Amino acid sequence: MNTVTLLALASAFPAGTALAGELSLDLTLPRIDTAEYHRPYVAVWLESDDRKVVRDLALWYDTQMADDEGRTWLKDLRQWWRLSGRYQDTPADGVSSATRPVGKHNITIAADAPALQNLPAGHYEVVVEAAREKGGRELIRLPLPWPLEKAVAEQQNGKHELGEISLKASP
Amino acid sequence: MKKVLAISLLTTALSLPTISAAHDFWLLPSSTVLSGNDSWVTFDGAVSNDKFHFNHRPLRLANLIITGPNGATLKPQNPHIGKLRSSFDLKLPEAGTYRIAAVNDGVMALWKENGEDKRWFGTAAELAGKVPSKADDLRILQRGSRVETFVTQGRPTPIEAPESGLGIRPLTHPNDLFTNETAIFIVTLDGRPLPNVEVELVPGGQRYRNQIKEIITTTNENGEFEVTWPNAGQYWLHFEHRDNKTSVPQAQSRNLSYTATLEVLPE
Repeated sequence: MNTVTLLALASAFPAGTALAGELSLDLTLPRIDTAEYHRPYVAVWLESDDRKVVRDLALWYDTQMADDEGRTWLKDLRQWWRLSGRYQDTPADGVSSATRPVGKHNITIAADAPALQNLPAGHYEVVVEAAREKGGRELIRLPLPWPLEKAVAEQQNGKHELGEISLKASP
Repeated sequence: MKKVLAISLLTTALSLPTISAAHDFWLLPSSTVLSGNDSWVTFDGAVSNDKFHFNHRPLRLANLIITGPNGATLKPQNPHIGKLRSSFDLKLPEAGTYRIAAVNDGVMALWKENGEDKRWFGTAAELAGKVPSKADDLRILQRGSRVETFVTQGRPTPIEAPESGLGIRPLTHPNDLFTNETAIFIVTLDGRPLPNVEVELVPGGQRYRNQIKEIITTTNENGEFEVTWPNAGQYWLHFEHRDNKTSVPQAQSRNLSYTATLEVLPE
């Protein structure tokens, strides 16, 4: 399912709540005072603590360029590219969409989303990585035990390229 | 130049201190990890003691061997030899890892003629015509060197150890190196692990610090060495080996050296 659809579904519910089994991630792209601002590339993925299981949740990049030239800079999402992107013929197929403006965004991963199916039990992290042209890069990790046994509410604040990130999930 | 080599030369009968006066060789890729469909990398090659600073001579490109992920040989584009460096471009037409190597295999002869020191460098094929078969203090050395680097478009593919001379068989892929992580490589001689060889790693940017900050380690009984990268950046990897397994009948010994440029990315 594509992220745009997921966002549309998410908007029907109050922000910050998560239906049973789904993951709700609020992600703020901070306003950055710079002469030339480009929207960041952002990858969100789920990673097991031994890095053996990696599931893409979202990828925001410049999808509008001719010949998909926007993919040239996917490698700047360094950790996502090394663990996930470069092993796929079409990186993050089905969860890719255009870059987003400054502000608060929600990514909701439905309980029946492919990324959450047959997910082995374990200690996971939801990883958010952002890289901006002519700017910096930042990576934030939020713990997620799986399967969900009780409600999860995690929050962290980025310092550079990411603002507040919060993850909510309930069994 | 390497302290180890200098010491080993002093302690052998075939003492050739002229070799230790040589400068260091290197190739420097503009990128090592690439995504997208139209990937190009440009390379600089030079000979200088300050790694990745062009201040002595260009690297010769005559013996450049570029191998693509499927084993095919690729040609460099726009080769240029300048005063202080050489450069060339490479298009990466398919996903996988590319090996870019300058491989040299030559002979050096030293002898005395009427009391005067004579020296000759060339290929094994030319040796018979250029060097007397008998002369005072005649010493013939086979010399092999490999100067290489690796770049990956998309999915990395495995790197094989070179069949002859010195090489590495990476257990950690050379395009998957990150700060604070430990990488393991096997040093190979004629394709087989080489234990107990001293390995030197020098971080780039030497001009902007007062100490070289080299990392010195030694391969274990399986030929492996490991390194935990203290910082991101380019690293110059180097080791040498000397034995008498020459493939040139007239040569008494062979001197081999290996150099690679490895890029370490920040976490």
